[in-house]
Amino acid sequence: MKHRTFFWSFLPTALAMLFFIAFPIASVVLQSVFVPHEAVFTESENCGPFGCKKITTVDLEATEDLRAEKPWGRFSGLEIYKDRGHLAFTEVSEAWKSSESFGAFFSELGNLPFYRAMAFTLVYTFTVTPSLIVLGFIIALAVNSLHARLKGLMIFFSLLPMIVTPLIGSLILFWMIDSRGILGSALQWLSGDPDLSLKASTPLMWISLIVYGIWHSAPFAFVVFYAGLQTVPQDTLESAQIDGASRWEQVRYVVIPHLMPLVSFVALIQLMDNFRVFEPIVGFNAEAHATSLSWIIYNDLGGETRQLSAAATTSVLTIIGVAILLSPVLVRTWRDFKGRT
Amino acid sequence: MAPSRRKPLALRLFLYGFIIVWFIAAAFPFAWTLWGSFKVELDFFSINNWTDALTGPRTEAVHGGAFTGAGYRGAWIQEEFWRSVLNTGLVCIFVVCTSLTIGTLGGYALSRSNYKYVFWLLITALIFRAIPQITLVSGYLPVFFDWNVWGFLPTAIIVLVAINQPFTLWMLHSFFESIPKELDESAKVDGCTQFQAFRQVIIPVMWPGVITTGLFSFLLAYNDFAVTTMVLAEQNRTMVPAIAAFLGTTQTEGNVMFAVAAVVSATAPLFVLVMFFQRQIVSGLTAGAVKG
Repeated sequence: MKHRTFFWSFLPTALAMLFFIAFPIASVVLQSVFVPHEAVFTESENCGPFGCKKITTVDLEATEDLRAEKPWGRFSGLEIYKDRGHLAFTEVSEAWKSSESFGAFFSELGNLPFYRAMAFTLVYTFTVTPSLIVLGFIIALAVNSLHARLKGLMIFFSLLPMIVTPLIGSLILFWMIDSRGILGSALQWLSGDPDLSLKASTPLMWISLIVYGIWHSAPFAFVVFYAGLQTVPQDTLESAQIDGASRWEQVRYVVIPHLMPLVSFVALIQLMDNFRVFEPIVGFNAEAHATSLSWIIYNDLGGETRQLSAAATTSVLTIIGVAILLSPVLVRTWRDFKGRT
Repeated sequence: MAPSRRKPLALRLFLYGFIIVWFIAAAFPFAWTLWGSFKVELDFFSINNWTDALTGPRTEAVHGGAFTGAGYRGAWIQEEFWRSVLNTGLVCIFVVCTSLTIGTLGGYALSRSNYKYVFWLLITALIFRAIPQITLVSGYLPVFFDWNVWGFLPTAIIVLVAINQPFTLWMLHSFFESIPKELDESAKVDGCTQFQAFRQVIIPVMWPGVITTGLFSFLLAYNDFAVTTMVLAEQNRTMVPAIAAFLGTTQTEGNVMFAVAAVVSATAPLFVLVMFFQRQIVSGLTAGAVKG
């Protein structure tokens, strides 16, 4: 295809991505190093029969002028990054000096909003992703051994948790684990504690969120692995059987190596998606126990105050996190590309 | 796997047991919520006995029958959920059409061009796909406020189309790669321009891939919460942010059942979608994997 034809066919989608993905990223970075102007105050003396009073008033005109002159606000460098709501350098170094053990240091860190969110986001990402791969793999093996007609039915029902809107899915589960809901009552009965409430306990809330995450994403791994199972080379499997491999050995040495590329594909997609965990926290109403980076941005942007600079700073930090997470994949793709040309 | 040997009984029992447990985990929450949405709150969230949600004694006491549509009436009429349904419909139709149109052109161009920049464009798209949507929203808001476009449906539609593009491009690119290049090459040899070749040779055979991609665009627009909740004004809300708003306002007024009814209403179209397009969804999910 000629460069010219390529250019014109690609232009609309390129413009869309440029204006609504690339520029916003640039704007987020800029916003994170600027803070809004403070109002300009003027001091005037107001003298009456009972003496003089100093009055400070907001000089609206001067404020407007300043804002029009420098619409981005006041340059602040990395100030917002260092404040208490983000990387909190002062608080962290104080905690480092004052705490005697690592445990104490980490519990100090847990009081800082950014580190608290980071902790949950990482724990969520790195527990949900491997679990859903394992669960999806077992479901795929099990469904694959079913009768053909049951397979279609199982695929239909298995797709539901993944297709359903994340917020709606988490609400459905949340209502069930409510202390008056069916799962909540069942748990109370099982543990013999009539006051047990998942909403009141941080570890239980984390576990519920992680269970939701696995429930939501396991179908994706299942469908991909199931498709992969249909292409397992039958000759290799048969020769393994002739050589006397047990069922487990066939799975371990034939099926799993065959599915390995799919595992890395699922892991890549799921790492990206789990790192942005957000809707379940809103759905589970869990912000008192667990917050994520995306949730902090949502919280800063919403409400009356709309703290744009704070949200932008967290956004930049989140994007850096995604970049670190993706870097092994990108490096590998780059090497493959170099190898091909 | 070739069933040359019968599976031992223990293994078969384990597999069947596992399937049943997973089946219950996947399907039961939806069935339970659908059943419960026709009860009153005190039955669905029962303090003394969980079987109340099945039999509904309080629903019977209040409404004279074991089932009631009060939750649906409250959500759809009193809280005007139909507006949100309408908005979601509009958003989905426009997002799917626009993103397919520009995505098809872009994906086709990427698959028929073998210059180096194609690789870089695809990698850029992958990086864009990885960036959480909510981080972009903080980039949009100041601009949208300045230009007075905040709160309107077209704004949300354009944003969703753009956010959708990286995924659409990847999917359509790998789909067009699977259509033999000789097809349009031979048309060009016969004197067609690139565009004519696309229109007369490629368009007739591209529908399966386009429909699959369209399904995923639809799901993204339908399921989005991060963008729509931040960009749309209250009267233009789509379903998902509307449900989130229900939680804030009506939960305090004791109208949780409105939210339950709205959740069931919003899940129903997805059910129908999976029923009719199961094959396409499965093939779409695996397309990227088989390629990559």
